[in-house]
Amino acid sequence: MEYEAVIGLEVHAQLLTESKIFCGCSTKFGAAPNHHTCPVCTGMPGVLPVLNQRVVEFALRATLATHCRVAQTSRWARKNYFYPDLPKGYQISMYELPIAQHGYVDITVNKHSKRVGLTRIHMEEDAGKSIHDAHSDASLVDLNRAGVPLLEIVSEPDMRSPEEAGAYLRSLRTILQYIEVCDGNMEEGSLRCDANVSIRPRGSTALGTKVEIKNLNSFRAVEKALHYEIKRQHEALTTGERVSQETRLWDADREATRSMRSKESAHDYRYFPDPDLLPLVVSNDWISMVRASLPELPSARRERLMQTYKLPAFDAEVLTTRKDLADYYEAAVRAYPTDPKAISNWVMESVLRVIKEKKLDAGLVITEWPCPPAHLGALVRLVHEGKISGKMAKAIFEEMCTSDKAPDTIVAEQDLTQVSDEGVLATQVDQILAAHPDKVAEYRAGREKLLAFFVGQVMKATQGKANPQLLNQLLKRKLIVNQ
Amino acid sequence: MDLYRLTIHEATTLLRKREISARELTQAVLSRIEATNAHTHSYITTCDHSASLQAAAADRRLATQDPLSPLCGIPIALKDVILTRGLRSTAGSKMLAEFTPPYDATVTRLLKEAGAIIIGKVNCDEFAMGSSNENSAFSPSRNPWDFSRVPGGSSGGSAAAVAADQALAALGTDTGGSIRLPASFCGVVGLKPTYGRVSRFGVVAFASSLDQIGPVAKDTQDCALLLQVIAGHDPYDSTAVNLPVPDYHATLKSGVRKLKMGIPKEYFVEGMQPEVESAVNRAITQLEALGAQPVDISLPHTEYAIATYYIIATAEASSNLARYDGVRYGYRAPQSDGLRAMYDLTRAQGFGPEVKRRIMLGTYVLSAGYYDAYYLKAQKVRTLIRQDFLTAFESCDVIATPVAPTTAFRVGEKTADPLTMYLSDIFTIAVNLAGLPGLSLPCGFDASGMPIGLQLIGKPFAEDILLQAAHAYEQATPWHTNKPPL
Amino acid sequence: MRIGTEEVRRVALLAHLALTPEEEKDLIGHFEKVLAYMEKLNQLDTGGVEPTAHAVVGHASLREDRVTNQADTTALLQNAPASESDFFKVPHVID
Repeated sequence: MEYEAVIGLEVHAQLLTESKIFCGCSTKFGAAPNHHTCPVCTGMPGVLPVLNQRVVEFALRATLATHCRVAQTSRWARKNYFYPDLPKGYQISMYELPIAQHGYVDITVNKHSKRVGLTRIHMEEDAGKSIHDAHSDASLVDLNRAGVPLLEIVSEPDMRSPEEAGAYLRSLRTILQYIEVCDGNMEEGSLRCDANVSIRPRGSTALGTKVEIKNLNSFRAVEKALHYEIKRQHEALTTGERVSQETRLWDADREATRSMRSKESAHDYRYFPDPDLLPLVVSNDWISMVRASLPELPSARRERLMQTYKLPAFDAEVLTTRKDLADYYEAAVRAYPTDPKAISNWVMESVLRVIKEKKLDAGLVITEWPCPPAHLGALVRLVHEGKISGKMAKAIFEEMCTSDKAPDTIVAEQDLTQVSDEGVLATQVDQILAAHPDKVAEYRAGREKLLAFFVGQVMKATQGKANPQLLNQLLKRKLIVNQ
Repeated sequence: MDLYRLTIHEATTLLRKREISARELTQAVLSRIEATNAHTHSYITTCDHSASLQAAAADRRLATQDPLSPLCGIPIALKDVILTRGLRSTAGSKMLAEFTPPYDATVTRLLKEAGAIIIGKVNCDEFAMGSSNENSAFSPSRNPWDFSRVPGGSSGGSAAAVAADQALAALGTDTGGSIRLPASFCGVVGLKPTYGRVSRFGVVAFASSLDQIGPVAKDTQDCALLLQVIAGHDPYDSTAVNLPVPDYHATLKSGVRKLKMGIPKEYFVEGMQPEVESAVNRAITQLEALGAQPVDISLPHTEYAIATYYIIATAEASSNLARYDGVRYGYRAPQSDGLRAMYDLTRAQGFGPEVKRRIMLGTYVLSAGYYDAYYLKAQKVRTLIRQDFLTAFESCDVIATPVAPTTAFRVGEKTADPLTMYLSDIFTIAVNLAGLPGLSLPCGFDASGMPIGLQLIGKPFAEDILLQAAHAYEQATPWHTNKPPL
Repeated sequence: MRIGTEEVRRVALLAHLALTPEEEKDLIGHFEKVLAYMEKLNQLDTGGVEPTAHAVVGHASLREDRVTNQADTTALLQNAPASESDFFKVPHVID
């Protein structure tokens, strides 16, 4: 019996507002415990929530960017349960009437495009954090994070493989970054994902028993956990066992999912409309304003890069994974418009490498680039104009990364201009050949690999500045001609 | 003259003329409390030391500033569900017996800004849940007119303190009648404003869509003065409306001529204490004599109000009281095996029986499978109840009713069966469900000398009309000059 | 409306209230009485009636996204039953 997987993802995105959703405390990460708190977000007696306007604006951006229908009236609901990091004993969320429904995100997996539906988007408040391992018999609670605004984005169970899930998650993150509502950092917890997965006989339309997987702290974890879980469920069903509907945790060390021991009987959250918050009404004017202020979204930008700069899909994909990266690329091209593909190569290989090495992409916006885009453009120009070799350019790039200097400046200061003068190079070649007659003879006898030796010698003599293509031509000509 | 017997308006005049000082006035009230609190148990906490400091500050303001709020230098008591920064606020419960809030309720702040003197925190049913003050964890308050009787609840301490001249006025809260019932039982004036008229920020929440904070005072003029200070928009309370606050004093003496007074037949039914019924009827006649025009009206869904209320209020309360879990403040059970046990024991030990009953009921009506049948149904009936009033108000300006079916009952009389206790809210409860303003003022005494109250119900945000009608009646009658023999 | 011990215990678990057998018995009785009283509401036809979720008519007031709070961690922890280096301290979850 062939089975297929049915996967849905529930994503929580921490919003980049200055203050919390229902009070004026700071949302900045990294403060000392309980230093970004007030009576409201710590659930003191008598406190009341007041909604942060920017949270709604961010939700509207996400709604429009994912083609959802905006509910002009949405309602706040209380989700009631007890936990030490949930100060009021309930979370203010949305239940029956969320702000957005019925959207989609387009993904590409192995060159196949697919549309993943979004069931709903709503706003809610985050809980605080508990530390369980400081003591054997006690936990410590920090409420700095309590009240930080979250967007909950629920997908339809449209994904059929872990790769599709990964692609969806990445696409969604990119969208959220582009509209500047979330920095999408799974490792730091600003983007969280729970997965729901079941399997069913291929061709069936009924849904199998759904298992929820939590504790997924990276994109890789999501894909790995799904692979594991699908296999586990498959094995269970083929041996005649039943799959229980439950929540399982991903154990990254053991690379397996394990059952969460049931805490209480199945949660009864007793949702009801929050009496302290009146219905949220969003006017058509506001929606139009937000729509008008949306930046060019990733898919549109990819298309445009391909069209305008004649880039292959792969390049466009990589360059648009981050909005600021795409901005950087286009700024570099503006500095030197003649060879956009070359600039793309440089960005993808060298600039991205440095960014990843130095972890410059942890936040929403890369504030420190390896070098300014104009400098990158200049570097490509210098290669294109034959002033420096490709190899030299790589060295200059490293220098640019550490020194902030423009490539022209570096070339001038270090006298790195490529030697492309045929006469000058010919002289060098003659000198080298004259100095190694035995090797010349060997080469002519058939050891063609020795070409590299001669290239190396000339490069040494010219401090690496010999134009490689010209040098190759000259060497070959001279090595053969003087036969 | 015993300074503690003064009303706010009388005291203000003397203070402005510098014939008395805030210090003297405060001292007089503190001495009065000391002499009489053992009988009435009105106060849970008195502020002897800070009151003197506040009085000194008030005297300085009185000496230099103009214009000043009429509340400057006036000793006011706050129901212990109203938070006061740095001053213990217990909500009448063991759960918060040692809780010192790090912030002031908005109404507290407004009073302080006006120069009022917070003289102490008065007794109430635990978490404002009750109609007799017998659910307090702190020696329940007694009626100053007869110590063997209850002062009413849940703002029992507020009403007792005002009736016994242990404060010039007080603030209480009203969720189902908790200002109006004790005001009626103690022979003072109590006003529950329109929902949204006064900020709830910093007041321990019982039922969020029903709670309101309001004045308990010796007469209608004082009531107006106090309401003036606390009414208004608050950026910290999303349900406090942004509507201008009228000058309540300006229209106070406008009288009741041509005022249409609705008399709902459903509020004059069997089971009322006969003296209560006749006193209220006489009051209505008196108002007619003053120029009000009685109009027969019907509020057909009245009999469903109690059931509706107890579903909605307990549901909201069960959620509002979830924060009392021993984690961040308040009582924590000393010995427990793990977190869940800590929760269970803390709440079992910190809450009294009535609070637990209501939390249980509220949790039940919200739980899976019961939400539609109870909570949702109740909210729909609530709409019908509100519509009753709004329809009635098309043909009248105020509605006149009794406040309670009886006068103050004896301590212990109704505690055996909670449902019996709930039924004493029958005339007040629908007003909260509809979010309307309601005022209780004295309209007579029964044969045992216990006060009887008249309720006036108004259109949304028409507290000025209520006060004006109440004032006209009050000034034509002697009840407001009566004092308990204390 | 018969409410059994099972039901009362389920609700007590959700509400995190430890009940004595006495209290359980009392509650069963109380529930029965009160819920029977509430049956009244079923006499009413509420088809087509909108529920009142809020007591004021209107919609959400919004505030500006600005940090306006200066935290006072000391004041916050003053009322804490147990704390440790600025954290609240609670017993572990025991499953």
